[in-house]
Amino acid sequence: MAQAIHGKGPSHIGIRMSNAAPESRKEAARSEAEEALFGFWVFLMSDLIIFSMLFATYATMGHSLAGGPGPHELFDLGSAAWETVALLLSSFTCGLATLAMRYDRSTGKTLFWFGVTLLLGLTFLSLELHDFFTMASKGGVPSRSGWLSASWALIGTHGLHVTSGCIWMLIMFAQVAKFGLDPLVQTRFMRLALFWHFLDIVWIGIFSIVYLLGVLS
Amino acid sequence: MRHLLFGNLGYDALPFYSAIATGAASVVVLGALAVLGFVTWIKGWKSLWIDWLTSVDHKRIGIMYVVVSFVMLARAVVEAAVMRSQQAVAYNNPGFIPPEHFAQLFTTHGTIMIFFMAMPFLIGIYNFAMPLQIGARDVSFPAMNSISLGLTSAGAVLMMISLCIGKFSTGGWTGYPPYTELSFSPGVGVDYWIWALTLSSIGNTMTGINFAVTIYKKRAPGMTLFRMPLFAWTALCISILMIFAMPPLTVATLMLAMDRYLGMHFFTNELGGNMMNYINMFWLFGHPEVYILILPAFGVYSETIATFSNKRLYGYTSLVWATISIAVLSFTVWLHHFFTMGQDGNVNAIFGIATMLIAIPTGVKVYDWLLTMVRGRIRISVPMLYACAFMVLFVVGGATGVMLANPGFDYQVHNTLFLVAHFHNMLIPGLLFGMLSAYHYWFPKAFGFRLHEGWGRIIFGCWVGGFILAFMPLYIVGALGMPRRSQEFFEAVYRPYLWVALCGALLVLCALASMVIQLWTSIRDRQSLAVPAGDPWNGRTLEWSIAAPPPEYNFALIPQIDSVDAFHQAKKQHTAWRAPEHYYDIELPSNTPVGFVCCVASGVFGFALTWHVWWAVLLGAGVFFGAIITRSFNRDTFRIIPAAEIRETEERWLLTLRESPAIANDAMFTTANRGLVREPV
Amino acid sequence: MNDDHAAERRQELHGYIIGLVSAILLSAIPFAGVMLGLLSPAALIWVIAVAGLVQVIVHFRFFLHIDLSRSHRDDLQLILFSLLIVVLMVGGTLWVLTNQRHMMG
Repeated sequence: MAQAIHGKGPSHIGIRMSNAAPESRKEAARSEAEEALFGFWVFLMSDLIIFSMLFATYATMGHSLAGGPGPHELFDLGSAAWETVALLLSSFTCGLATLAMRYDRSTGKTLFWFGVTLLLGLTFLSLELHDFFTMASKGGVPSRSGWLSASWALIGTHGLHVTSGCIWMLIMFAQVAKFGLDPLVQTRFMRLALFWHFLDIVWIGIFSIVYLLGVLS
Repeated sequence: MRHLLFGNLGYDALPFYSAIATGAASVVVLGALAVLGFVTWIKGWKSLWIDWLTSVDHKRIGIMYVVVSFVMLARAVVEAAVMRSQQAVAYNNPGFIPPEHFAQLFTTHGTIMIFFMAMPFLIGIYNFAMPLQIGARDVSFPAMNSISLGLTSAGAVLMMISLCIGKFSTGGWTGYPPYTELSFSPGVGVDYWIWALTLSSIGNTMTGINFAVTIYKKRAPGMTLFRMPLFAWTALCISILMIFAMPPLTVATLMLAMDRYLGMHFFTNELGGNMMNYINMFWLFGHPEVYILILPAFGVYSETIATFSNKRLYGYTSLVWATISIAVLSFTVWLHHFFTMGQDGNVNAIFGIATMLIAIPTGVKVYDWLLTMVRGRIRISVPMLYACAFMVLFVVGGATGVMLANPGFDYQVHNTLFLVAHFHNMLIPGLLFGMLSAYHYWFPKAFGFRLHEGWGRIIFGCWVGGFILAFMPLYIVGALGMPRRSQEFFEAVYRPYLWVALCGALLVLCALASMVIQLWTSIRDRQSLAVPAGDPWNGRTLEWSIAAPPPEYNFALIPQIDSVDAFHQAKKQHTAWRAPEHYYDIELPSNTPVGFVCCVASGVFGFALTWHVWWAVLLGAGVFFGAIITRSFNRDTFRIIPAAEIRETEERWLLTLRESPAIANDAMFTTANRGLVREPV
Repeated sequence: MNDDHAAERRQELHGYIIGLVSAILLSAIPFAGVMLGLLSPAALIWVIAVAGLVQVIVHFRFFLHIDLSRSHRDDLQLILFSLLIVVLMVGGTLWVLTNQRHMMG
């Protein structure tokens, strides 16, 4: 047994204690950032399943108008088009913000572009709220029919995501004020950007399937 | 005003409407008070807070998950015994449980067993063992791990509160609408069920993300995916299943909530609702869930059979691919849970065939385990006993599963006790036995002493005997046509079988009692059962290469891996347990109360939603998100363990190791075992 | 070194501009088609579907920087696997529920 503990077998088999120094703080921070980004991707894919189920439910509820108002009466394509423009531009300015952060390392420019993104996000939300009020005033409340429940749930879940993205942005501004653009804040901004772009992709599905196909049918 | 403050809560919510309800509620309240009193008596509050509730150490979080699971197991087993007693006397007789109460019993039994016994048990075991097996110091997101535990515990607490305040759902563990809609179930029961499930399923999704990233990014250098122990492989597969299968459940339960709270029409009878979509989404979650429950046991058996046969796992690669195939196929068979719902024969046939396909990779596994045992030096330990019982019983359950996969046969026996017998036959050997053997296998690693061997065998005997007696008769009465969930029946022919089943349930109660006695005896005899050297079973994987219990940093230096069963190879080459030349400072995540705060806040949130106490709903949600946001402003989330301290800990352990006698394989179950087993030449 | 940096930045900026322009076009085409009624409904369904799918790919490529390069392999595999699950779940749901509606019809 003593041999097993003190023996000197070939060191290339099985487990070896590496005597190399562990990775430096900087390297560790980089691998933490990588883990955080990968983890966030995984979260987004899980979230994607939530949206998929909402889309699937919406698609199977096309016949469930129950005599209530349908897409023709309720949807305003012009408004949906402006919402699309606002969200698309915000995706672009969000990209500019990450460029300013990663290449220019300029706190001012980064905040400016994220600020523009936030304003565009709020524009999107106010247009969407306006849509919801219009729908409700025409009798298209979610409790009217299965189809309306499914539409409100799908569009509303996306809207809630955009709202939480806006709140997240405000929190990040506070973090920049407190810590500056340090590596951790940068990683969080990167995740926020991923989230924002992801929401824009979901919106493509919503305007295509809910608004355009809805009005077409 | 009263409604503003207390919502729908009133004195009539207290459980004084029946003696059984009052009794059960008193047990919960007295049990909780006893625990609080015990902690005060041993002056344990500070230690409880620092070492457990605010800890983010994956090992401690794992242990807490298992504790939650054991408490819930006890309740659900007692409920099962009560139901068996009722059915045993229910021939032409209303018995002692009224129908509504009986319905609550089978609903809580199922809900608890799946969501609050099985899930916490397996997540707890993975939390404890998986990072050790892949040579990591913790999971990727330790604070999130603590929040996941908090959410699951909050769900479990809601289940317990529902026993004392208000009545639980009578809609079964699957909660099918339209019965669970407001028009048919106006009480708070379904709301309790919705929020308990929603909280725990969000917690489980987060656990899935955490485990998957940990396995992807935190493996020790040299440990390629195909050098991971099989248990870690099943961890990866179930994490992926949790990431993708939990969301449909969350969507389904939240849509049901929107129907009930906001008057929407997803699943109602009227105004265009489609209850079949609920069933569809529930099983989009539910079938992968079956494999979330069973793959962990497959992983445990793969470890224990190899260890106790003293042989490398036969067909490692085929086992990995079988696991992956099962995980992917599990997304393609959900419809077999509702063959009778009215789609045409072709749809049923396709899903029936897909279901039968799963038997192929499962068969591969059984052969691999058998061939691992062939010509091995087998030691009949408690985990090995479970593995053997599993292989026999699981094949029986699998065979009835293939029978049920045939839609024609399914039409005959659907909604009968045949189905109940089948899924208990899969889940008890294929989940519970696996988890109990994991408990016996890793307990000495977690606490530094073995569980009492003799009592372990008694528990095994009671569980296996109890299971066979309780469920084999149900196959027969099911085939004879007895519907499941019957509070009363009128066919004399069922009676003898139900008496046998009751005997089985009583034997399972004995198993539960034996588990308590075993734990008590083992703690009492912890000196003689101690295995400080850390390798009591002659293990093959990394977790056995460190002290028992492991230091909080797990590995003084992260090991370099160049083969499967790395620790076994090292022992063979006499390179194990070498003191490193240098020690370095180790950075670990520091304690945080965020998980505990989230647990309380989400519990308040769920309870308040159930009772429509809107101010408390806002408070709970506000505190939950407030705690997380506050934490994101905290930069002091790490602490350093200095190299000198690590050197001292490690050298003390290495000294213990050198002083421990190396025992022969056969002496493993005697008190001579101090955690060091001589390798057979 | 600094030049590399600037070149990389310029390249990424170009990516965002290409992404924005093509996304605007790909959104405008189906919107214009439906609002102005340029084609038959059956043809418009195809236009909406194709433009939507292409736009999703454009967003992934130019905004989320997912491409076939080695450094994005993990992310790409994850996305493709998720896509498989989405197809199974959504496709299966539509198939099963449409079939039931048909059987009840």
